[in-house]
Amino acid sequence: MKVAVLVKHVPDTETRIQVKPGDKKINEEGVTYIISPFDEFAMEEALLLRERLGDVQITAVALGPQKATEALRTCLALGADDAILVSDPAFEGADAYVTAKALAAALKGGNYDLILAGKQAVDDDAAYVGTAVAEFLDLPVINLVTKLEVNKAAGTAVAARDLDGYSQVIEVKLPAVFTAQKGLNNPRLPALMGIMKAKKKEIRTLNAQALGLAPNELGAEGAKVEVKEMFVPSKARKNKVLTGAPAETAPELVKLLAEEAKVL
Amino acid sequence: MPNNPMDYYLIDEMFSADERAVRDTVRKFVDREVKPIIGEAWLKGEFPMPLIPKMAELGLFGSTLPEEYGGAGLSPIAYGLMMQELERGDSGLRSFASVQSSLSMFAIYKFGTEEQRRRWLPQMTAGKVIGCYGLTEPDAGSDPGAMITRARKTDKGWVLSGVKRWITNGTLAGVAVVWAKDEDGQIQGFLVEKGQPGFTTKDMKTKVSMRASITSELYLDGVEVPEASRLPGVKGLGSALSCLTEARYGIAWGVVGAAMDCLKEAIDYTATRTVFGQPLAAKQLTQERLTDMLARVVGGQLLAARLGQIKAAGKLTYAHVSLAKRENVRRSLEVARMDRELLGANGITTEYNAIRHMVNLETVDTYEGAYEVHSLIVGRDLTGQAAF
Ligand SMILES: Cc1cc2nc3c(=O)[nH]c(=O)nc-3n(C[C@H](O)[C@H](O)[C@H](O)COP(=O)(O)OP(=O)(O)OC[C@H]3O[C@@H](n4cnc5c(N)ncnc54)[C@H](O)[C@@H]3O)c2cc1C
Repeated sequence: MKVAVLVKHVPDTETRIQVKPGDKKINEEGVTYIISPFDEFAMEEALLLRERLGDVQITAVALGPQKATEALRTCLALGADDAILVSDPAFEGADAYVTAKALAAALKGGNYDLILAGKQAVDDDAAYVGTAVAEFLDLPVINLVTKLEVNKAAGTAVAARDLDGYSQVIEVKLPAVFTAQKGLNNPRLPALMGIMKAKKKEIRTLNAQALGLAPNELGAEGAKVEVKEMFVPSKARKNKVLTGAPAETAPELVKLLAEEAKVL
Repeated sequence: MPNNPMDYYLIDEMFSADERAVRDTVRKFVDREVKPIIGEAWLKGEFPMPLIPKMAELGLFGSTLPEEYGGAGLSPIAYGLMMQELERGDSGLRSFASVQSSLSMFAIYKFGTEEQRRRWLPQMTAGKVIGCYGLTEPDAGSDPGAMITRARKTDKGWVLSGVKRWITNGTLAGVAVVWAKDEDGQIQGFLVEKGQPGFTTKDMKTKVSMRASITSELYLDGVEVPEASRLPGVKGLGSALSCLTEARYGIAWGVVGAAMDCLKEAIDYTATRTVFGQPLAAKQLTQERLTDMLARVVGGQLLAARLGQIKAAGKLTYAHVSLAKRENVRRSLEVARMDRELLGANGITTEYNAIRHMVNLETVDTYEGAYEVHSLIVGRDLTGQAAF
């Protein structure tokens, strides 16, 4: 079976985002990048599929600048067999529509049985690309998947979705697109051996020409939406989210209430 | 944007992408698996055993060895960064990895037969067999050449007698690398297996430092081992000391991790702690103290990074390692003490990291060559005069 995993390289969620006045994108100086956490669930699910089903060929695909190869390297270290970087200066100013179109062009002809993506990228939170890729490829899509089972012989997959107050189980004929929701699995860390082996694996770069896309389909020109303004609100609220098991977060919360909020 | 206190001099740029990737894996592992539990384990005086298979799965044991023995062929810098991150968690965790990889596995790899390597190394990489390194004795620490443990040659092999003390992971170990003097006064290395008749171990229970690490005594009461258990590549005490050079290299990196943890803790704490109507961080004395801490952290990072480059280039001498071990441990210990001070009463609890790192580093200052011993090693290198 062939599985493609779409990964986006996004600013670390702990980065304090800065925007230069007048700019319509974030200031990338000093920003560290990570794989968007929902894409990590997608990647982990591909690895679990391989562990369950045996021969599963995993291709990681990212669209972004050269720096996005780091996200792909991580996927290779985790166990992806190969990787594709979709990259072209002409993508500057692209929106989620252009991104999905380009990714679909890169995936076309790859004969992937499953295409896995995160439900949204944590930088722009558009929650658009997985669904739109399915549309461009004329494939079914199941969003917000929290459980996935593949029946190789039947060429089908059964996915569960946890919705507000109820759950749904959906069967779909492959090939299909799935977007991962938190709870799908527990992503592993790349082992040292995998990191060293990843150095020898190939990352193919596809530019606009290789994808057969015309200049007017790319970048700001091809985009369906336009960013008018971008700024950091002057008084950012100081939100703190504690993640982890209740047994760990509860004492931490008490500590914060006592020492930071000073309400105890 | 203010500079990042954890990488003030952009030393990251000196590392390759895979070296950073190794660091990031171990960093996340420590944040997720070690940080939440280590204070309690330390207080109880226990090594957190569930971490062993997890560390093995990530390939943290024997990671510099070639692939055929289960290693990942890691560069010296990648190995160093791994140690830095482990010790950011706890010196005991880094000790565990040091003893397993740089002392026990390295000794078997360097001085063992192909059969010994094949038998032990893959299992040790997998964390299924733990190793320990028995050099120190009750009456021979800084001067291991004064050891009393004896190896007597017989028709069937060797008979070992003596006591080893202060041996990390002694009771956990499935295989002990034991150093003993033969009848010609030559130091030999042996692989002694758990459960061999005459071989017993016991934990030392009164430690106030390195509490999340097991430290034991090994009793060798006429233990018979075959010739096949001797490490044939050993050429006297120098061989035992060459393993220490490997481990000390890792310590020079590791302690910087503990110092980084203390610096971060002090910055975070003083930002929110209010004294006399202002954050502690807004006081001049605090800012000077934080700068003192940062200077030591940056110095340690640079020294370790350069040491790694020299090692990768094959130009490393044991005196290079001695200077870095001596300096980085002592400076990190100072950083931990300053963190402890800045945290006031909170600084003496295991809810925070300061005192745990601080008293751990007291051990690190002593083991693998005490501060003074490294002064003497470097002193001899500078003057040509041995003053031990
Ligand atoms: C927690 C822990 C774990 C350990 N793990 C291991 C292990 O796994 N394997 C192992 O073999 N050993 C281990 N050790 C032992 C450690 O390596 C020794 O403690 C160390 O070598 C120092 O020896 P000593 O304690 O006998 O001190 P001593 O050698 O008695 O030294 C006492 C003091 O005298 C100073 N001194 C020594 N020589 C001179 C000199 N010529 N001039 C001036 N001053 C001098 C020393 O610097 C020190 O300050 C461990 C120790 C500890 C505390």
